[in-house]
Amino acid sequence: MAKDIDRRIVSDLVENGVDFVTSVPCKQLAGVLEVLEDTQAIRHVPSNKEDEGMGLCAGAYLGGGKPVIIMQNTALGVVVNTLATLIQFYHMPLPMLISYRGEVGEPVACQVEMALHTKAILAQLNIPTYHFHTPVDADELPGILRHTAMCRKPVAILTDASFWSAPE
Amino acid sequence: MIRHDVLKSLIPVISDHLVVCNIGAPSQELHSLDDQPSNFYMLGTMGLASSIGLGLALAQNKPVIAIDGDGSVLTNLGTLSTIANNRSDNFILLIIDNGSYGSTGDQPTYAGRKTSLTAVAKACGCDDVVECAAADTADAVTTALAAGRMTVIVSKCESGNVKVPVITMDQVVIGERFRAEAARGT
Repeated sequence: MAKDIDRRIVSDLVENGVDFVTSVPCKQLAGVLEVLEDTQAIRHVPSNKEDEGMGLCAGAYLGGGKPVIIMQNTALGVVVNTLATLIQFYHMPLPMLISYRGEVGEPVACQVEMALHTKAILAQLNIPTYHFHTPVDADELPGILRHTAMCRKPVAILTDASFWSAPE
Repeated sequence: MIRHDVLKSLIPVISDHLVVCNIGAPSQELHSLDDQPSNFYMLGTMGLASSIGLGLALAQNKPVIAIDGDGSVLTNLGTLSTIANNRSDNFILLIIDNGSYGSTGDQPTYAGRKTSLTAVAKACGCDDVVECAAADTADAVTTALAAGRMTVIVSKCESGNVKVPVITMDQVVIGERFRAEAARGT
């Protein structure tokens, strides 16, 4: 069941011209994905794997679109080459809305393993990284989207369990 | 016929269209045969030509031809289900299937053994899948463009490369002139 924060995030995407979203699902992102399905202004193309999704986003950008990828932090283990040789190499703007699994509140021990590497991988790739921990942090989203379009880089927005479970 | 022959036969058909071309030898061969601002050359990232092509086709209305290879499609096999389920009638995926990894020394792929990418594409739900001989590829692409239906073409050709230079054009130039070409007249 979608919450206010899910609707707010999708509304910020629409207001900032995002018209193409690809995703690989995560439990924390289910509400956002549910709202996306009812959002006419955005074409949502689910992908099977996140590097495939980044290919779709690259194509949408080349066609004049404004893409976003929605994915889990574990996928950073999949997309390093695509980030470096496609998105960064060709100077493509790509906001990545990432569920930051493995942080406080995480019920699955294995998720902690990739949480340990998440910020290190992003730092190694020189990817601007923002961390949403409480709902007020989402106030930065419109600015982050504009910043991404300006600098034409992939940008990571990490959203942890505390952010998603905060009372409305 | 090898891939270079197929690409050469395709030039009159694809020269004025948006083309996304697979990494390595295919992009180098296309670049040396007929460099166009409407060609997007992949200089890295194995496997994503079909995904970039689909995203491009969905984002705008001009016809898009993605030239991919059998090894590249095998590395991103999920792409065929994404294509099937997100129909875009301005999209043609041309898989030049020479049964080998051409850019790395012609090692055999599984598509050259038991796996049929034509059958995989059909099983993934692609409605229009055409398998043709190398010599018939240009006709198959012409027919698909005229039909205005999303089509996957599997062109069966022989393994082998022609020695051509690597692409030294700046990648941001490749991307920006391509974006301008996609936007032209819209």
